[in-house]
Amino acid sequence: MTMTPAKVPRELDSPLDGGVGESRRRPDGTLKVTGEFAYSSDLWLEGMLWGVTLRSPHPRARIRSIDVSEALAHPGVEAVLTHEDVPGFKFYGLEHKDQPVLAIDQVRYQGEPVALVAADHPEVARRAAAKIKVDYEVLTPITDARRAAFDPDCEKVHEDGNVVRHQPVIFGGDVAEARAGADVIVSETFEVGIQDQAFLGPESGLAVPGEDGGVDLYVATQWMHSDLWQIAPCLGLPEEKVRMTMAGVGGAFGGREDLSMQIHAAMLAMRTGKPVKIVYNREESFFGHVHRHPARMRYEYGATRDGKLVFAEAEIILDGGAYASSTPNVVGNAASLGVGPYKIPSIRVDAYGVYTNNPPCGAMRGFGAVQACFAYESMMDRMAAALGLDPVTFRQINAAHPGDALATGQVLEHMAPLAEMLGRLKAMPMPPERDAAGHDLRELPGGVSNTTHGEGVRRGVGYGVGIKNICFSEGFDDYSTARVRLSIIGGEPTVLVHTSAAEVGQGLVTLKAQIARSELGVRRVTIAPADNQVGSAGSSSASRQSYMTGGAVKVACEAVRERMFKLFEERLGRPPASLAEAVEHLPEVLGDEVIDETREFHHHRTERMDPVTGQANSHTQLAICVHRAVVDVDVELGLVKVVELAAVQDVGKIMNPLSLEGQIHGGTAQGLGLALMEEIVVADGKVRNPSFTDYLIPTILDMPPMRLDILEYADPRAPYGLRGAGEPPTLSSTPAIVAAIRDASGLALTRVPVRPEHIAGSS
Amino acid sequence: MEFLRPTSWGEALAAKADAPGAVPIAGGTDVMVELNFDKHRPEALLDLNRVGELATWSEEEDGRLRVGAAVPYARIIGELGGRLPGLAMAARTVGSPQIRNRGTVGGNLGAASPAGDSHPPLLAADAEIEVESAARGTRMIPAGEFYTGVKRSALAPDELIRAFHVRPAEGPQQFSKIGTRNAMVIAVCSFGLALHPSDQRIGTGIGSAAPTPRRAFEAEEYAAGELDWAGRSPLDERVARRFGELAARAAAPIDDVRGTAEYRLHALSVMARRTLTWAWKDYLNGGATACA
Ligand SMILES: Cc1cc2nc3c(=O)[nH]c(=O)nc-3n(C[C@H](O)[C@H](O)[C@H](O)COP(=O)(O)OP(=O)(O)OC[C@H]3O[C@@H](n4cnc5c(N)ncnc54)[C@H](O)[C@@H]3O)c2cc1C
Repeated sequence: MTMTPAKVPRELDSPLDGGVGESRRRPDGTLKVTGEFAYSSDLWLEGMLWGVTLRSPHPRARIRSIDVSEALAHPGVEAVLTHEDVPGFKFYGLEHKDQPVLAIDQVRYQGEPVALVAADHPEVARRAAAKIKVDYEVLTPITDARRAAFDPDCEKVHEDGNVVRHQPVIFGGDVAEARAGADVIVSETFEVGIQDQAFLGPESGLAVPGEDGGVDLYVATQWMHSDLWQIAPCLGLPEEKVRMTMAGVGGAFGGREDLSMQIHAAMLAMRTGKPVKIVYNREESFFGHVHRHPARMRYEYGATRDGKLVFAEAEIILDGGAYASSTPNVVGNAASLGVGPYKIPSIRVDAYGVYTNNPPCGAMRGFGAVQACFAYESMMDRMAAALGLDPVTFRQINAAHPGDALATGQVLEHMAPLAEMLGRLKAMPMPPERDAAGHDLRELPGGVSNTTHGEGVRRGVGYGVGIKNICFSEGFDDYSTARVRLSIIGGEPTVLVHTSAAEVGQGLVTLKAQIARSELGVRRVTIAPADNQVGSAGSSSASRQSYMTGGAVKVACEAVRERMFKLFEERLGRPPASLAEAVEHLPEVLGDEVIDETREFHHHRTERMDPVTGQANSHTQLAICVHRAVVDVDVELGLVKVVELAAVQDVGKIMNPLSLEGQIHGGTAQGLGLALMEEIVVADGKVRNPSFTDYLIPTILDMPPMRLDILEYADPRAPYGLRGAGEPPTLSSTPAIVAAIRDASGLALTRVPVRPEHIAGSS
Repeated sequence: MEFLRPTSWGEALAAKADAPGAVPIAGGTDVMVELNFDKHRPEALLDLNRVGELATWSEEEDGRLRVGAAVPYARIIGELGGRLPGLAMAARTVGSPQIRNRGTVGGNLGAASPAGDSHPPLLAADAEIEVESAARGTRMIPAGEFYTGVKRSALAPDELIRAFHVRPAEGPQQFSKIGTRNAMVIAVCSFGLALHPSDQRIGTGIGSAAPTPRRAFEAEEYAAGELDWAGRSPLDERVARRFGELAARAAAPIDDVRGTAEYRLHALSVMARRTLTWAWKDYLNGGATACA
């Protein structure tokens, strides 16, 4: 038996009532707010070693040699490993296995892992790592994504070329012809900076060597099985010898879809025969996970004088940095959702994902749809202004409705009509005018920094619409598995729900219990810690876990219920009159027996995008959120106070009002961050602000109160008719806020985050 | 790393004399960040939290306030806000409530970051810093001479900061700071202003727009001459503007990750203009302080 570390998540007992549709507090909520929740950085095992990663200071360099001898001789050091020590396959990756576990002969981004050290104390390990001598031949980094994609003379980041994926989307009539028929044409180039997930719990975990030559891994991740499928080959182990347990996850937002310390800790543990813990510090964390792709997007739209769009053309370049990560799918989203939920007769989109020596980019809340949304919504405002139309009216005229096709030809089904959502949004009451006499600095741009008492402050209003795919797309079968066990404990029927799904803060632990309670009529529900002793649950991303793992728990519960009813009939000679009756008699009917059912849940099939036309029913489900932003801008100093954000979102079915509102608030805040402040600033391939001192995320004084209007247009294919809800608000809040700043300032503002100097007119 | 815990000022000075490499720690809100980021590995930490007198303040015979180096921002706001309004306004912008409970002006001076928020109001109010060493005793350093470079000060390796001395405001004071979010932000640039009606003079302080915090002398002289102290006539808009321009001219900012040099100059001119306007209005209304 291997030892069990301290600070591993335990079973969670949820409150004793509350089914689907009710607001219930999180079972881990009290632990989290009182500081008792065990996060992955808290993991502890007697006698464990500490692992440290030596990273490249250069964005691009050849490695002439690595000398570990001095580090190895450092007292307290138990292992120093390089790529030569990787026991199995030396590369991993979510979609392309292009990323070396440890750098081989070259580094492609600043912060790339080069070597590992395990020692009896973290400080010892750090000091030893500093003694590793890496002889670099520094090369000029390739940092211009557009050049990397199109200039044949540009050097290659990887041998197989710099374009990871090019996905065109061609819809309807010929764009050139449509252009000739347009009364008004507008064009613009937009930029989105690199946003970071900025989760608070740094990458961390513990690897414990097993007696069978395998390894027990305690890690905070978004998809345990995807980790496993990448880890096992690199360790040269069969999957069953890599036992994974989810440690407490301190936020994710996409940043834990890729591996970080998993293979590294396992390698050190297998080499030393001792448990090894790795915890990144805040600075290292900025290099330890992928970010949101920065984008450069050129758009051109044409419309008739009466406000109908006739064509849209877009070129979207997403800089994926040094390794592919999830770039191919980010490109798929940017392409398929590139012009948003609008009816446009002729569309041509070209989306490119590109390799450079910039920081690697991958999944982040909104996944490719965020970047495009900023561009297409800015274009909608541009065109409305060019036509002299109200921006909401113009959107309503061109809104795609159920029955209408998106750019990929996929027809919208079972969802709220966009025009109506916009109507409801516009009809929401406005916040009161700014009190010109009032002097509460917290209500003004700049806050208590006392930059204005009203001077230079102008109000603006803006709108944004966003459409996001829910669940994985393009033919992927991202099924989920749930195991549900019913037994009598202490005379009371008790349900245990066991999945491998990652609770990353979104509230899945709450929801699983609500579903079990509703389906089985039982009060006591326990949520087992997530591990890979049960099948894959897919990723906690793409707003999909309510749909997929919620669906899996539901079907597993249904199977349990069926057996419960059968047993009832066997023992009592008649079927139960109701679920309540079945539960009431359960103690006698079930006795010492246990009903234990495992089920998989698959969503309906989707198709790959046609490589030439992009046409396909590529998405499982689509979700729309619309935002209105009201801002006060100090146009002289370029400082912004977001006064209010209002949102209308269609969620199909409200499963838990409290946590749903939390998701919409949080998603909106993350979009606000992208609009106003969140950016990893990179120069010559190097990150200039890897700290929370200079990578700013919104505070309570930046995020205003929200008005929400939540709609329930059921999707009959989804469990309970629900629609994934976590990502859509992240899309539309950004363009709404920027539109409001434009309204206040009269400026074009084509780049996010908008910085004070962009508004103040000094650069 | 050694952890020295003197319980009196004398012990603290002796410890510092013995180990000039020991890093003093008051609130720790700078020191601990540097340690966590592995920026420094000092041989010893010199904990000042047991030296009770550093966390007290008093009124001196010369009419000035003597404020111990380790009085945290929260107490400056709560206990001295009325008499040191400019410093209190700056203190209100420092970090978060937690940081204001721990962080101190002494620490801000010790760190001597050009972005430290205490500096502009200390400069504008003609504060003096009381420093001491076991070997040479006490020196009084005017704020304007304290900052010698980016994160460098006139403090000698064997010296500690004991207090700062400053006259209670006899006229309106203002502080204004630019940040890219509305709270918990390091200054992109900042400006402090104090009116000294008895000698018909104004004081200024520029933050985060030069290698050191500094005064805008030309702007001070210009405004002092233009303002109608005795007649109390309203401020001419052109004077305010010119004052802003001159204030910006005193700065020497750089482009960095927090902002561009050009923006800093622009923002300084706006802040200087606005703060002078507010302060003068308060002066005309007979108020000593701003009502921010
Ligand atoms: C989250 C956060 C937000 C922050 N926001 C701001 C902000 O908005 N504005 C701002 O100006 N600062 C900010 N800071 C920085 C810091 O809080 C301030 O500089 C504060 O004034 C430091 O005071 P302290 O007592 O914590 O100093 P410490 O960290 O204890 O010390 C700071 C330096 O001063 C030295 N020192 C301390 N006391 C003495 C003494 N008596 N004699 C000699 N040297 C001494 C120390 O050796 C060290 O070099 C922030 C820090 C954090 C962590």
